[in-house]
Amino acid sequence: MTGQWTQFLAGGFTTGAIYALVALGFSIIYNASRVINFAQGEFVMIGGMSAVTFVGLGAPMPVAIVGAVLVAGLVGLLLEALAVGRARKADVVTLIIITIGASILLRGLAQLVWDKSIHGLPPLSGNEPIAVFGATILPQSLWVLGVTLVTVVALSAFFRGSRLGKAMRATSYNRLAAELVGIDVRKVLFFSFGLAAMLGALGGVLIAPIAFTSWDVGIMLGLKGFAAAMLGGMGSFPGAIVGGLLLGLLESFGAGYLSSAYKDVIAFALLLAVLLVRPDGLLGAARSDRV
Amino acid sequence: MGMLRVEQLSRRFGGVQAVDDLSFATRSGSVHSIIGPNGAGKTTLINLLTGVYRPSAGRIVFGELELTGQPTHRFAAAGIGRSFQTPQIFFNMSALENVMTGRHLHEPGSLLAAMLRTPGLLRSERACRQRALELLEFVGLSTHAAASAASMPYGALKRLEIARALAGEPKLLLLDEPAAGLGPTEALEIGALIRRLAQAGTTIVLVEHNMRLVMDVSDQVLVLDHGRKLAEGDPARVRQDPRVIEAYLGAEANREHADARD
Amino acid sequence: MGYSVQPEAIGSEPAARRRSAAVPALGPRRAGLTALALIIALTPLLLANDYFYNVAILVGLNAIVCVGLNLLIGYAGQISLGHAGFFGLGAYGAALLAARYGIPPLAALVAATAGVGLLAFVVGRPILRLQGHYLAMATLGLGIIVSIAIANEEQLTGGPDGMAVPELTVLGFEVYGERVWYWVVGACLFATVWLALNLVDSPRGRALRALHGSEVAAETVGIDSTRQKLTIFVVSAMIAAFAGALTAFYSGFLTPAKASFMHSIELVTMVVFGGIASTWGALVGAALLTILPQALTVLQEYEMIVLGAVLMATMIFLPRGIVPTLAGLLVRRPEAGASPAADERRRH
Repeated sequence: MTGQWTQFLAGGFTTGAIYALVALGFSIIYNASRVINFAQGEFVMIGGMSAVTFVGLGAPMPVAIVGAVLVAGLVGLLLEALAVGRARKADVVTLIIITIGASILLRGLAQLVWDKSIHGLPPLSGNEPIAVFGATILPQSLWVLGVTLVTVVALSAFFRGSRLGKAMRATSYNRLAAELVGIDVRKVLFFSFGLAAMLGALGGVLIAPIAFTSWDVGIMLGLKGFAAAMLGGMGSFPGAIVGGLLLGLLESFGAGYLSSAYKDVIAFALLLAVLLVRPDGLLGAARSDRV
Repeated sequence: MGMLRVEQLSRRFGGVQAVDDLSFATRSGSVHSIIGPNGAGKTTLINLLTGVYRPSAGRIVFGELELTGQPTHRFAAAGIGRSFQTPQIFFNMSALENVMTGRHLHEPGSLLAAMLRTPGLLRSERACRQRALELLEFVGLSTHAAASAASMPYGALKRLEIARALAGEPKLLLLDEPAAGLGPTEALEIGALIRRLAQAGTTIVLVEHNMRLVMDVSDQVLVLDHGRKLAEGDPARVRQDPRVIEAYLGAEANREHADARD
Repeated sequence: MGYSVQPEAIGSEPAARRRSAAVPALGPRRAGLTALALIIALTPLLLANDYFYNVAILVGLNAIVCVGLNLLIGYAGQISLGHAGFFGLGAYGAALLAARYGIPPLAALVAATAGVGLLAFVVGRPILRLQGHYLAMATLGLGIIVSIAIANEEQLTGGPDGMAVPELTVLGFEVYGERVWYWVVGACLFATVWLALNLVDSPRGRALRALHGSEVAAETVGIDSTRQKLTIFVVSAMIAAFAGALTAFYSGFLTPAKASFMHSIELVTMVVFGGIASTWGALVGAALLTILPQALTVLQEYEMIVLGAVLMATMIFLPRGIVPTLAGLLVRRPEAGASPAADERRRH
């Protein structure tokens, strides 16, 4: 049954890539502030829905994609500037609740700005399925994988080469030390939110032609992206990717061979397992706490 | 009673050997001081002796109880109380409640009785409050009883911690730098308090930098350096031990020597 | 010498005087309970029709859950983002036992509450070893798994379309009608608040607050943090389940939304908004955030925006919540010798 197997594999990698993008967003913000940004999923939604609006206004897809990503980036920056940045000194749980509030607020706004229906986006290069090893794969899936790959490579280069990227890495290793060498940690947090939002939005735009988008698509995607980040190791760049892909595959095969009704449970069951067995995730370093 | 025995106790953190093959014992009703230069492992030792850290090797025995590797609250249940170098006060409670909490192990733990506010519980609460007030009196903080712990000055917090530790009626009391941050008069008062406690039969183990206090109150002094026992004995003898002097002044002497060479 | 330590002074007069002055007043507690009883007794005068009774009952039911949740969040300092799961399990558990297995509704209520308590015990043990936001995530995951399971098991629960729930009968009397339910819920609320206040002011309560204050120090006075947290986790889960079961019998109909993630967030918002570590705060939060959406039915589309904004604004500007912040402004706690200068003066 290689056909079916390959089908699950392809599907798994596709959703996995989206989870990876969302997970990267979580990790980037976590690295800058130790905060779990519950609004991450809403950036995915904003990306998809904004693209729908741009396309509706007549923009060609590439423009709509860029536009949607920028809109989400802006929202991310606003979120940091108006809310998270202000409460920076508060404890982690307070900050988490603020981001939960933000996610609810964004969803409420989305209901008004757009509507409650489900929307689709035209695929980037047509709907003709491609036959691969007995499975049929949508061209859009290849776009998802391709663009994610390019993004990951670009991000890698950014973190290694650019000044801001290096500043972000330094902050993630040791915030105090970064401050002491003159890195503006506040600015790092600010841009982290922007970057995380753009990554989420990119995922939303890429997946919309396949899985559609709507005002409430962010909750589940956000939570699953979070589970993926925890699985790979919260704060770890390769971990986010590994976690995302792994979750996508497990979901795909789980839904195929076990039960499709409980597909969503897989992510959360994994999350619980990770928390109880190895909270630092697969690629996170196991820490020893000093009292 | 109050017999603490430490055998070949060790604790490492990654590459750092904080406590190294340490062995000693305490005598009931006496005051033992642990001194040593900064980084000698004194606070780590206290944390090991109260179960906050688990040893990497060695044994901790108290009376007949094997306490090695037990969780913190078991050490407390065995009769070991402590105060912290930086006061770990329950800032969300009043001073009185802090001390009352210290009596946790002597208090009824029944959830049902608590929720139903039984007469038995009310009686025990009254007794607990009484005892806590007496302890606050004992350490000189009775005027602060109803005050929020968060509003108290540093010196008062150190004494509050001692009152809280005493509330548990410990057989062994570990004090981590009780005189740190206190002026000379207050330090003397702490010393008097310690002597009084020892007279009443409580074994005291004291980590301190204040040499005058150490010499005043101690029956035995243990010197740590780099986690190892450097010297042990009565205060006067330890003070004159050349190895001890070198450990404290060694850095100075070495630097002078190096400077002189260049 | 102001700080002289005189153990002999214990029996003497000045000490006795100081002692009586230092005994904490029972005033606020009694006053609060009396006020609550009065409010519950007199509110019906304001309730013009069944709709208003319905809102009042909803406030009461939410308040019961919130008081329990506040014990966990405010006093034990543990965050639960999945409490609606316990609520939903209590609701569906009682409903199923009564509807499908013919168990007398009151017994079903008790059984469901106890069952959820047992589940919380089993599940709580491993989870409560986790710290801070890891714990929040675990409760989140659990809550979602429960809500998905409830929605999926259509055979049992009727799935997204919901299920009907029989009437509650107590000793042969059918509990029916808004007015009757009002008194039932009112009495249960009063009892819950009473139990919660008692717990907070007891040795167990101090142990919990100590954990929140400094877990390390709490352990050194013999407090077994895991056991204490677990106990409160179970208690707050049982309270939520109890309220869920009551809700099931009251509404006569259940949908999976009762166990949803959003409902969990609503509950946390009520507690956080009203005041963490304040039973009265939990009541105020539940009341305000239940009435507000009802009052804004005209603006139903804005409900999420308001909820989100309230949550954010509270945590940014009033992190301790309404009631503690107000209490802090209105009531000054006695601060004896708050300044070193005052200490100096007293010394001479």
